[in-house]
Amino acid sequence: MPKLIKRDADGQFAAAEDAFIDIREEDGVPAAIPGNGPVILSLARFQEEGDALLSGGRQVGVRIASNEAIEDLAYDLPRLALVALEFPKYRDGRAYTSARLLRERFGYTGEIRAVGDVLREQAGFMVRCGIDAFEVSDGSSPEEWAAATHRYRHVYQRAADSRAPAWKERA
Amino acid sequence: MYRYDEIDREFLADRANEFRLQVGRRLAGEITEDQFKPLRLMNGLYLQLHAYMLRIAVPYGSMDSRQMRALADIARRYDRGYGHFTTRQNIQFNWTKLADAPDMLDALAAVDMHAIQTSGNCIRNTTSDPFAGATAEEVDDPRVWCEVIRQWSTLHPEFSYLPRKFKIAVTAADHDRAAVKVHDIGLILKRGDDGSLGFEVFVGGGQGRTPYVAPSIRKHLPVDQLLSYLEAILRVYNRHGRRDNIYKARIKILVSSLGAEEFTRQVEEEWSKIDVAAANLPDTELARIRAAFAPLPFQALPATSEAFEAAKADPAFARFARNNVRAHKQPGYAVVVVSLKKVGDTPGDASADQMDLVADLAETHSLDDIRVTHEQNLVLPHVKLDAVPTVYAALAAAGLATPNIDLASDIIACPGLDYCALANARAIPVAQDIAARFDDDRADLVGELKIKISGCINACGHHHVGHIGILGVDKKGEEFYQLSLGGSGAEDASLAQILGPAVPANRVADAVDTLVETYLTQRSGEERFLDTFRRVGLAPFKEAVYAEAH
Ligand code: SF4
Repeated sequence: MPKLIKRDADGQFAAAEDAFIDIREEDGVPAAIPGNGPVILSLARFQEEGDALLSGGRQVGVRIASNEAIEDLAYDLPRLALVALEFPKYRDGRAYTSARLLRERFGYTGEIRAVGDVLREQAGFMVRCGIDAFEVSDGSSPEEWAAATHRYRHVYQRAADSRAPAWKERA
Repeated sequence: MYRYDEIDREFLADRANEFRLQVGRRLAGEITEDQFKPLRLMNGLYLQLHAYMLRIAVPYGSMDSRQMRALADIARRYDRGYGHFTTRQNIQFNWTKLADAPDMLDALAAVDMHAIQTSGNCIRNTTSDPFAGATAEEVDDPRVWCEVIRQWSTLHPEFSYLPRKFKIAVTAADHDRAAVKVHDIGLILKRGDDGSLGFEVFVGGGQGRTPYVAPSIRKHLPVDQLLSYLEAILRVYNRHGRRDNIYKARIKILVSSLGAEEFTRQVEEEWSKIDVAAANLPDTELARIRAAFAPLPFQALPATSEAFEAAKADPAFARFARNNVRAHKQPGYAVVVVSLKKVGDTPGDASADQMDLVADLAETHSLDDIRVTHEQNLVLPHVKLDAVPTVYAALAAAGLATPNIDLASDIIACPGLDYCALANARAIPVAQDIAARFDDDRADLVGELKIKISGCINACGHHHVGHIGILGVDKKGEEFYQLSLGGSGAEDASLAQILGPAVPANRVADAVDTLVETYLTQRSGEERFLDTFRRVGLAPFKEAVYAEAH
């Protein structure tokens, strides 16, 4: 089980229980959706089955692959329990854009979870783009994650977090 | 020039500390080379053929004497007594030891320098006109905008894992000394019809295995809109640039596959959705940065200098004055280009002693300002005409006054097989062979001729935009060289055309000789090599070179 780290409204990082089951394809066959607990679906699966699951009162999150357009989820955002953004490799930076658009363009305030190749070295960038839950793949502890996030006392540009860029600090 | 404040310094200190921890983990064996590689690359540390290479950023090619002395010190202490200036206006040290790298970064941070974003798929060091702030041609100081871009792009949270590396160049003069049209983004500052300052925006130029001259996607972007517009371009690229094939991942491929028109439409659409008021830099910060580039305390001097004119009695000085000294906007001042292309030496290399000398001259005679050119030379941008003879004498004594700027022996060459792990063939010895054919008289006779050599298809030596471009290829384990003609990275940008079959290493200098002789017989009037080529085409050159081969 990968570890889940969450960042709370005060910016504190802590280990979190993960109540969600991520429904993935197995050998090209969509896995069955068990029980009535919280689930994470792919975008395609959500578009097919999301309405039914939601109206059954279930908590549903959607996983967005790095080549999928976050815009396709725009109208559904208020109904979602979380959005999981996939980093298939840490070098694939598309999810950073998705995260920023979720926060800045669509005003999404729910959980944005980084999944996949989620490494400590990327922690600062992820937090700045508005990601607040991390399914870490390098075994980082919440303390290590927090230290990596706070490595730099200053930032140079505006992003999806509340940090004041250098020019604002100077003003 | 721009001075780092407490914020910039603390940022660099944090960066250096982070890297020291990472190197420590590597040396202690806590992380593998595979895990360490992306971390060291974020700090400009490459593993080359013989050693690590540390590439240090020289933002827009501008530094002061204190910084140049620190580079000299690093060359002595951690390298073999020299450094190599690159076509990105940076400097690299080719003999770095891993255990020394953190100390090197600390030494750099002490003089406000670093190696951030000198590698990796991020926004690299922004390059500019080495004559910025000195030339009368410019409509504004491009360094202001380079500094704006430097800060904005530094550890940008959204754009640090792009499909591929990303290079931006800015110029503000008609004469393009920054090769802006062969960059991912090229920005040319211009005045609009209403007199307002704006950028003409070029996107999707580049070299490498598929070279392109960038199309213009916007004629006049108001300058205060720069950051929001860059955000739009980078976002379209980050989302849609190819990630499945490293050779097709640059923005030039996206622009050419969508077509410039459709790419532009996507950028404009994205831009229309950005909260530009939040994305652009506020006027107060622009004003603060602009103040750092305020006009320097030039003295009021007569436009001509008796001392300068009198010194021309010495033909060697007269030649230097003709070839290495350029007009300055301020009467009585000149721009002096320091040649790192002494025949027989490695293009772009400077010894620690040479660096110290240039630092001394800059401090005494050039308002403490030094530039690096993308053609791998140095510039003292603000020298009083009266002082040029003194500066010349000092440079000449140190082997830095070769009077060959823009001439046949002022060759750009990448490190090639002497250092680079990707090379097919050597570039440096080829450059030396060719340069040896052009003594001062012959180089002068031939006039402007830009020869550029790359050791492989990655084109770090800019061979696609050489008047004569030379590309090292591997033919069954032997070094061969493909020649091409008619490229230009300047305002008349064009890509060179391949001359014919590649020639072996020992035939390259002869072939260049033949090309030049052909030009001299075909030349009409004051035509440059490039102009003659454009008028007469490839055929006469091709015939001459390959006729001899039979
Ligand atoms: S052109 Fe090739 S050989 Fe030359 S420096 Fe670049 S990668 Fe190395």
